[in-house]
Amino acid sequence: MVVQCEQVWREVSNYLEGDLNPELRLAIEQHVRGCSRCTAVLDGTRNVVHLYGDERMFDVPLGFSYRLRHRLEETTSSRKRTALGWVVAFAVAALLLASFEVARSSSWGWPQLRNRLAQSTTSIPPNMMVVAADDGKVFHVPGCRYIHDKAHVRTLTAGEALKEGYTPCVRCMKQYLSAAALAGFADAETASAAVRASEEE
Amino acid sequence: MPENPAENLNEERLIQRVCNGEHELFYELVRPYERRLYAAALAILRNEADAEDVTQEAVLKAFKHIRQFRAEARFSTWLIQITVNEARMRRRKQHADLIDPIDHRDEEGNYVPQDFADWREIPSETLERKEIREKLGQALSSLGEKYREVFILRDMQHLSIDETAKVLGISIASVKTRLLRARLMLRDLLAPGFGGNWSSRLTFEKGSKPW
Repeated sequence: MVVQCEQVWREVSNYLEGDLNPELRLAIEQHVRGCSRCTAVLDGTRNVVHLYGDERMFDVPLGFSYRLRHRLEETTSSRKRTALGWVVAFAVAALLLASFEVARSSSWGWPQLRNRLAQSTTSIPPNMMVVAADDGKVFHVPGCRYIHDKAHVRTLTAGEALKEGYTPCVRCMKQYLSAAALAGFADAETASAAVRASEEE
Repeated sequence: MPENPAENLNEERLIQRVCNGEHELFYELVRPYERRLYAAALAILRNEADAEDVTQEAVLKAFKHIRQFRAEARFSTWLIQITVNEARMRRRKQHADLIDPIDHRDEEGNYVPQDFADWREIPSETLERKEIREKLGQALSSLGEKYREVFILRDMQHLSIDETAKVLGISIASVKTRLLRARLMLRDLLAPGFGGNWSSRLTFEKGSKPW
């Protein structure tokens, strides 16, 4: 079997793949031995395959792996979150519903306060005498040192003050309430006296 | 590419664990191939930024569809297939109106080598030189797309002819024809440099005849 240059060029790729019948393979090898052009083609093609097949041809830009990993982590963790998301959403919904139910139900009383000072304003005796400034927002026990505008205070009962929209002074009223609660004082004068006494201590 | 059974087994186990919810292990699966995937994307897109982006997209896609991976294919081939598809899609979007003129050459006609420079041996060490790698990259970029794709998969990614045909969705005969032409064209592009210019510079640099 004799082959021409054109046939060698046509088969050079198959030759390198080892994808030729033995007869053709032998014929090509015989031809190439005596043909410098075909030798150049065959060697060069083999070199091309060899060079490009090298692992070192795979150049990546600086930081490539880091960026790929980072992007992957963003996705994998957000997917995790969405998987958990339904569970969390259900839990939150259940809690909300439960809290509405609790708030609606009349059997649920006021919670036990942790601090006996933290009484609600309703426990201030309505007939207790307090002072408040006309342009102020807060009413005080007479003698409280946190009265804002001492020159323009008027005296009224705690019930009136609350009705007029004043709020109790967090300082003296707390002290009053605690002093009243402790000593069981009923009237304002002894209460304010107790307050003054406690302040002087 | 893990060819030995131990590594394949390891890969199988990793895939199983990722499927079972250990998502953070997925990168371990991809790590051995990330450079190849990038090279494949780069060879198709010829742009580094696009290639990196497409590689990331492909890896994310592989992660999302890991359950669809079937063990009859190699995991690496599956990854490459996804990357090639993503890269092709990106290129089509970018060059919807452009047609690669080289692709219109007659595929069936015989390719006649143009350069017969003697290029007997090449030391692999030349690949350590960035400029050589760049020359090879430029030569590859200058090929028409259909030749480039086949060449990347077969000669760079070491897919079999069959796998290459499947990944690209073309016949085995087409793979062989395009592969032959790609190799011969690359030889024509590179032989003058390796046969003379570059080697003489190498001789000068190294003080000995490299080939």
